[in-house]
Amino acid sequence: MSSETITSSEYIKHHLQNLTLGKLPDGTLGFAHGAEQAKAMGFWSVNVDTLFVSFVLGALFLWMFNRVGRKMSTGVPSGLQNAVEWAVEFIDESVRGSFTAKNNMVAPLALTVFFWVFMMNLMDLVPVDYVPQLAHFLGLPHFKLVPSTDPNATFGMAIGVFLLVIFYSIKMKGFGGFVAELTLQPFGKWGAPVNLLLEGVNLIAKPISLALRLFGNMYAGEMIFILIALLPFWAQWPLSLPWAIFHILIVTLQAFIFMTLTIVYLDMAHQEHH
Amino acid sequence: MNINATLLGQTIMFAMFVWFCMKFVWTPIIAGLEQRKKHIADGLAEAERGKLDLELAGKKAAEILREAKDKAGATIAGGESRANQLIEEAKVQANLERERILSGAKAEVEQEVFRAKEQLRTQVTEIALAGAAKILGREIDAKAHSDLLDKLVTEI
Repeated sequence: MSSETITSSEYIKHHLQNLTLGKLPDGTLGFAHGAEQAKAMGFWSVNVDTLFVSFVLGALFLWMFNRVGRKMSTGVPSGLQNAVEWAVEFIDESVRGSFTAKNNMVAPLALTVFFWVFMMNLMDLVPVDYVPQLAHFLGLPHFKLVPSTDPNATFGMAIGVFLLVIFYSIKMKGFGGFVAELTLQPFGKWGAPVNLLLEGVNLIAKPISLALRLFGNMYAGEMIFILIALLPFWAQWPLSLPWAIFHILIVTLQAFIFMTLTIVYLDMAHQEHH
Repeated sequence: MNINATLLGQTIMFAMFVWFCMKFVWTPIIAGLEQRKKHIADGLAEAERGKLDLELAGKKAAEILREAKDKAGATIAGGESRANQLIEEAKVQANLERERILSGAKAEVEQEVFRAKEQLRTQVTEIALAGAAKILGREIDAKAHSDLLDKLVTEI
């Protein structure tokens, strides 16, 4: 617990609040203190912690891989290069397995998705009090370290994937083809409104399921870490250690699911009929 | 926990990351992997060729060895027959030489015998003369009796 004077409910709320930058009630620009203030800021505010951490993690991943790519030796690979090559070949294999059309963008997209989500999820394993406490010393009211427990982050990525799905649907099938796909099946042209409803739900469900699955899993995991942190100190480690070990699996699995679904959705977008 | 502009920021960041990954991460790494693949394929082909070369070289070496053996055999046989021939020739030569030396020696011996006979003859004549002189007790005129003496010499 960060302080003895606050209640459990306040502690949990504090940990689940993002560092939101926006217009304060008095009209100045600043960080929201508490959920009500953050809500009052409306849409035009940003979660600085989410953006900062996800940028740092993404940049770290790209920098590392880029460094390996530039120093690529064709002889016997050593250490990091070996690991990176393994990862790249693993992604390449996954893409070849589930993506049947030809598109040079899908494999790098899958690589980025996997490692970015993986690293964001991995932040869940940092003890829950470390970073908020550090932020407290720096004068920041909140700091949520795990970007994938912020729906903005997961929906942001899902929207990116969704835009690509629509873009490639129209590019591969033409605008008419895309509209036809939405309206002419499964009941033929006389059932167009019903078809549109069904296919529309089908289409919209893709980004929503993509975002909510990741968000839900990571949020729940984080919540359990916070609840464990509320227990007396001697009861914490027998619970948090198994949960953390189990969470390593979830971290990887969710990243893999996000990547695989991204590939599958894009594959469907490239296909004439599905 | 509310939805706000972070969404847009995250989407834009996502797009940038994907672009960067495609351009500066995926492309060089895949190029490197392809190059390594080619490297290995080349190496394997080279090894295969090396093996084939080795096999050929082995065959060639065996052939050369066999040829050399044949040649050596032929040379030895040639040398032997030449040696035999030389020996035969030497024998013939030696025989001829022997004949020559033998006949030369014979002639010399004959000559020697002849000369010794001559000498003996003259000595005998002298002895005969001296004997005759002693027997007769008087001087014989060598000149007067030379006919006689010559006749004696021829008789001896």
